[in-house]
Amino acid sequence: MTPFVSLQAAGLPIAQPNFDTDQVIPGRFLSRPRELGLAECLFHDVRRAPDGTMRRDFAFNIAAFQSAQIVVAEKNFGCGSSRENAVWALHDAGFCAAIAPSFGDIFRNNCIKNGMLPVVLPAEVVTGLIARLQSAPGGEISIDLPSQTVHLPDGSTHGFEIDPFAKHCLLNGVDEMAFTLSQVDQIIAFENRYGRENI
Amino acid sequence: MATDTSPRTMFEKIWSRHQVLERPDGQTLLYVDCHLVHDGSAPAFQNLAGRGVKVRAPGRTFATPDHYVLTSTRDVAEIPDPERRAMVEQLTENTRMAGIKLFGLDDPQQGIVHVVGPEAGLSQPGQLLVCGDSHTSTHGAVGALAFGIGSSEVAHVLATQTLWQRKPKTLRIEIDGTLAPGVTGKDVILAIIAHIGADGATGHVIEYAGSAIRGLSMEARLTLCNMSIEAGGRAGMVAPDDKTYDYLAGRPYAPKAADWDTAVARWRQLPSDADAVFDRHVRMNGAEIEPMVTWGTSPENALPISGAVPDPDAETNPERRDSLRRALDYMGLAPGTRLEDVPIDRVFIGSCTNSRIEDLRAAASVAAGRKVAAGITAWVVPGSGLIKRQAEAEGLDRIFIAAGFDWRQAGCSTCLGTNGEIVAPGQRCASTSNRNFVGRQGPGARTHLMSPAMAAAAAVTGRLADVRKLEALA
Repeated sequence: MTPFVSLQAAGLPIAQPNFDTDQVIPGRFLSRPRELGLAECLFHDVRRAPDGTMRRDFAFNIAAFQSAQIVVAEKNFGCGSSRENAVWALHDAGFCAAIAPSFGDIFRNNCIKNGMLPVVLPAEVVTGLIARLQSAPGGEISIDLPSQTVHLPDGSTHGFEIDPFAKHCLLNGVDEMAFTLSQVDQIIAFENRYGRENI
Repeated sequence: MATDTSPRTMFEKIWSRHQVLERPDGQTLLYVDCHLVHDGSAPAFQNLAGRGVKVRAPGRTFATPDHYVLTSTRDVAEIPDPERRAMVEQLTENTRMAGIKLFGLDDPQQGIVHVVGPEAGLSQPGQLLVCGDSHTSTHGAVGALAFGIGSSEVAHVLATQTLWQRKPKTLRIEIDGTLAPGVTGKDVILAIIAHIGADGATGHVIEYAGSAIRGLSMEARLTLCNMSIEAGGRAGMVAPDDKTYDYLAGRPYAPKAADWDTAVARWRQLPSDADAVFDRHVRMNGAEIEPMVTWGTSPENALPISGAVPDPDAETNPERRDSLRRALDYMGLAPGTRLEDVPIDRVFIGSCTNSRIEDLRAAASVAAGRKVAAGITAWVVPGSGLIKRQAEAEGLDRIFIAAGFDWRQAGCSTCLGTNGEIVAPGQRCASTSNRNFVGRQGPGARTHLMSPAMAAAAAVTGRLADVRKLEALA
């Protein structure tokens, strides 16, 4: 897993609340092997009109946004299905971070397991950022994880909260499994005292 | 063991009992009693194999294929798409290698993982249960702490039988009063989500309480808890009571004989203490809830069937107005249209939300002596092979078939279409499933969520319909 320390990149505005993971990657692509890459599945249906042509009103289809590495969305981004494929598709298309007033709980956890940083900022800040990205595409956002700050195209700087354990994993490019496996004695001790009564 | 006598919620009792260790930063390692896996778990097993790590507790892990199986056949070889067929085949292979119990397609216990768990007695009060599927909140209906996890977390649980979590907040949703005739668990949860919003419970574990909740059957509680995730809830739970114990008694994996008595005595200690403190409270009057249908592209877009499609121009908040317009554009609905005037093309009765025997009985009671309206394709997909069997023993299959429904095999099917069973672009589907998201049932598919009886009413009238009026005619 690639460590996440800091990032300066363009933001992709998604001016919708409750943007669910079915829209990030439709269900029919979930059996596609990860090795094949999921970039082309990202936003597959929502970026297209019913006749199959690319919608001009979906920012991801506009050239100025195609190098974006940071999703900027309204509240409850990534709600719905637990499909980690949503994070994999974002990752495969070059995204490394997401900014929103809130995230679906499972999506947020999935981000951290894949080196993607979820940043929660106040709703009015996000709405202002989306409006600015729409009026001036290509605007760059700087994110610094050690100091937990975001610098926006309007010159403003905002702090954000992140769980210390998640921060450690992201900064070092590690997931939790190796650490948990190193605690196996504690798991065994728990199993012994827990006994058979809960089987 | 616990000497702390301060009042605790049911959630806190279960949480503290499963703590393996707690880091100074508040992250807690929790022990998992029961881990359910389905045919979407191939990447997690691959993750494990890549690290050379074995499954830690195969005896606490149970599997069944549901997402990729066809509901027209039980023959895996007939799945035409090689990638989807591989998902089912890999579950068989991965569980065989790891020594995990599999309810395969040749087993009548196969079905939708969230139907199979409670039905087999695997889901029990006081447990911590996880599964790589967001609707794992279903199992909270028996008084368990149950939640969905991602693929990396599935791999972590397979490897360690534990999961890192930060303690969520608690939300008590109290619904008192008596539900009106024709109002079901599905209507209650749709009314709750419409009230608190699709993110109304984000970061919270919900405990449903109050006389209306205690009055619900186990099937209805399973439906209720199932859709907790559609309000953003980490989990949803109902305190166990005699209904819970009656439901679980005698099930294959439920405790037996003296162990049963010991277990029930322990389970009776689980309900939240009288003075337990919740972070938030929501109260609703159950008597005011009507049969509900969704009109938009989020489960929060739900209204009583007597209502009309909202008008974006009446919305003062510009973001909310844009959101409404986008939803109505996708749904092909004009503002002000009475919901009862909306014609449909498809009916899907099934999913982990509403495919249990009580759901099928409710739908069959509406279908009996009636015919599916001309031009409408209507499916009934039982939640498990056992439910299919029971429904057939009760003659429900004959009622559905005589009415013109397609009576199918168990699986997730058209709830999300991962197996290819989708709704065509532009078609409108009356569905008992859990999500009306854009593209959920297929690209361009338009989903209206409702209860099984309401879906059957839609099937026989050809439009969204108020089941109460239909029954008055019968």
